[in-house]
Amino acid sequence: MKVSLFITCLTDIFYPDVGKNVVELLERHGCEVDFPEKQTCCGQPAFNSGYHKDAKKAAKHMIETFEHAEKVVTPSGSCAAMFKEYPSLLKDEIRWRERAEQLAGKTYELTQFLYRVLHVTNTGATLQGVATYHTSCHMVRLLGETEAPYVLLSNVQGLELKELPNKQNCCGFGGTFAVKMSTISEQMVDEKVEHIEETEADVLIGADNGCLMNIGGRIQKEKKPIKVMHIAEVLNHREMGGGDV
Amino acid sequence: MAMKIGGRSFDKRAEQGVRDSYMRETVRTAQERLYTNKSQAEEELGDWEEWRSLSEKIRSHTVDNLDYYLERLSENVSKNGGHVYFAQTAAEANRYIQSIAERKEAKKVMKAKSMVTEEISMNEALEATGVEVIESDLGEYILQIDDHDPPSHIVAPALHKNKEQIKDTFSRRKGYQKTSKPEELTQFVRKKLRREFLEADIGITGCNFAVAESGSVALVTNEGNARLVTTIPKTHIAVMGMERVVPTWEELDILVSMLCRSAVGQKLTSYVTGLTGPKAQEDVDGPEEFHLVIVDNGRSNILGTPFQSALHCIRCAACINVCPVYRHIGGHAYGSIYPGPIGAVLSPLLEGYEDHQDLPYASSLCAACTDACPVKIPLHELLVEHRKVIAQEKKTTLGETFAMKGFGLVASSPRLFEMAAKTAPALLAPFTNKETIEKGPGPLKEWTAIRDFPGPKKERFRDWVKERNKGGAE
Repeated sequence: MKVSLFITCLTDIFYPDVGKNVVELLERHGCEVDFPEKQTCCGQPAFNSGYHKDAKKAAKHMIETFEHAEKVVTPSGSCAAMFKEYPSLLKDEIRWRERAEQLAGKTYELTQFLYRVLHVTNTGATLQGVATYHTSCHMVRLLGETEAPYVLLSNVQGLELKELPNKQNCCGFGGTFAVKMSTISEQMVDEKVEHIEETEADVLIGADNGCLMNIGGRIQKEKKPIKVMHIAEVLNHREMGGGDV
Repeated sequence: MAMKIGGRSFDKRAEQGVRDSYMRETVRTAQERLYTNKSQAEEELGDWEEWRSLSEKIRSHTVDNLDYYLERLSENVSKNGGHVYFAQTAAEANRYIQSIAERKEAKKVMKAKSMVTEEISMNEALEATGVEVIESDLGEYILQIDDHDPPSHIVAPALHKNKEQIKDTFSRRKGYQKTSKPEELTQFVRKKLRREFLEADIGITGCNFAVAESGSVALVTNEGNARLVTTIPKTHIAVMGMERVVPTWEELDILVSMLCRSAVGQKLTSYVTGLTGPKAQEDVDGPEEFHLVIVDNGRSNILGTPFQSALHCIRCAACINVCPVYRHIGGHAYGSIYPGPIGAVLSPLLEGYEDHQDLPYASSLCAACTDACPVKIPLHELLVEHRKVIAQEKKTTLGETFAMKGFGLVASSPRLFEMAAKTAPALLAPFTNKETIEKGPGPLKEWTAIRDFPGPKKERFRDWVKERNKGGAE
């Protein structure tokens, strides 16, 4: 299957290794991965801040960039949800709205794509350790995807998954919220880290680099011995010695 | 202003909330209990999503046809022998209520819990004319005797206090001498209030829902005090927000069921009371006079705007009970008697942006509120809608406006994006400590005070792709 990758600006600039794992993972499952070079950012920072005129510019650019794609896959539930917001953002411009609907209809978050489109339940990954999974708010509530990451993670060989207490609570990222309301955001991320520690997991897994930048940044600042991994890195992980499939 | 509580800025109030460890512990425990109870109640009912959709339909149909249903309600209340007064403003509502108190030569008013009377500051208005107003809801009573501490939650107004603090308030103000056991505290208030009920001239309640087809008022409570308020005093005044109407008892049934489950996780509260007009000749008890005060106070301005669904709210507080921001700062930090997500949406609508401009930003847009709402108000979207209005009216900082303009430009131009993505790492390089940035410059400072920031990478993802396509990478 031909897949166009929307890597997200965060992953592009700060987490290139996650991106490489996404490509390998998709290729491992028979996809031909296309990376439209013109892609920028989904526009969520402007959209969430109420600057919809500026968000529309980003939206239109991304609609054009991915117009040729059969399927669009992105390693972020939040950015995928933003693509799905385009039709409503552009509701007053009928031509654009139609194009936006097409994009929204063919966009998938990575685990969602693997599980629901490719019907993959086991990526053949192995990872020895105890982990807990952070359910990102936008993935669960805006995309409505509550199953895919759990199914895929449950089949990672060697991985023991511990349920995260109060997993429904936001980690405090919220884009500009983390900076604009930093006092509150700090309390939220602190509580999240406390709960992660309660699970005694060595690894925190998440499916969104926004949340992981926030939680991981706090973990690092507090020098906690917890490794942070994007789900693509876990699902593509092979223990040393094991050859590629 | 009426809804506004506490002085100072939002930031200062939020900081104060964060430092109040007692309050946070109480709120945390309450949120977790209510979340569990609500989830159980949803499961027991089954098909929760369908019930939500049905409730949303009922609310949007009613609010779309509000004029029609209010007219029917008004006709039927009159038919039953009650009086209806439409108050456009808080002041009008208070003047009307004052005039009844004056006519009745009332000295004492007993009250049941009501948010709309808080909204219009009715107690203060009555007290200003020399009428004593006594709250009979336990939570409201605690707050009233504690120097009129404002409510911090729309269902559990004294949620910010723990039982030790309540015991202290009781002993300081009312000479209470027993322990902090909830049963003992409640018994104490119960005894005190019984006498007051018998002396009261007027009983004032809110109105959870008014039923248009019969001109009835429905009250949903757990303590039973509202029944005394509406049956012992000779005059009953019910005050309602103008959107709290349902067409018939059938819709009332559904919405009460959703309200109880969403608010406290109960199938039904201990008391659900339907009151239809004053006492009839054959009745043995009940008020001789009944007044329904329908309060607009800014609501009709919301009709026909993108915010109209905010009027669907049935005041269950489910959004507050799941809000991670409320969890850490408590209700008072919002500076409005309507806190939490619904408060952040409603307060600027009812009272203007001036006093409440920070509230729409007091959310990470995690959408837990939207998910919890039994009538499907898209709360997090309405918060973004507020931000849109604020940005359009240029009430944000110039810096932010420029930054977002810049963002729009960069995000729509691959060339500029490329440049920005290249310069960002270079600009950040001097602050890098190994793989992370621990002390960032400019706006990064707020981030790095709490979290490390990822350090710039030698190679971006797109550089890797380029190399790989050339056959350079493995």
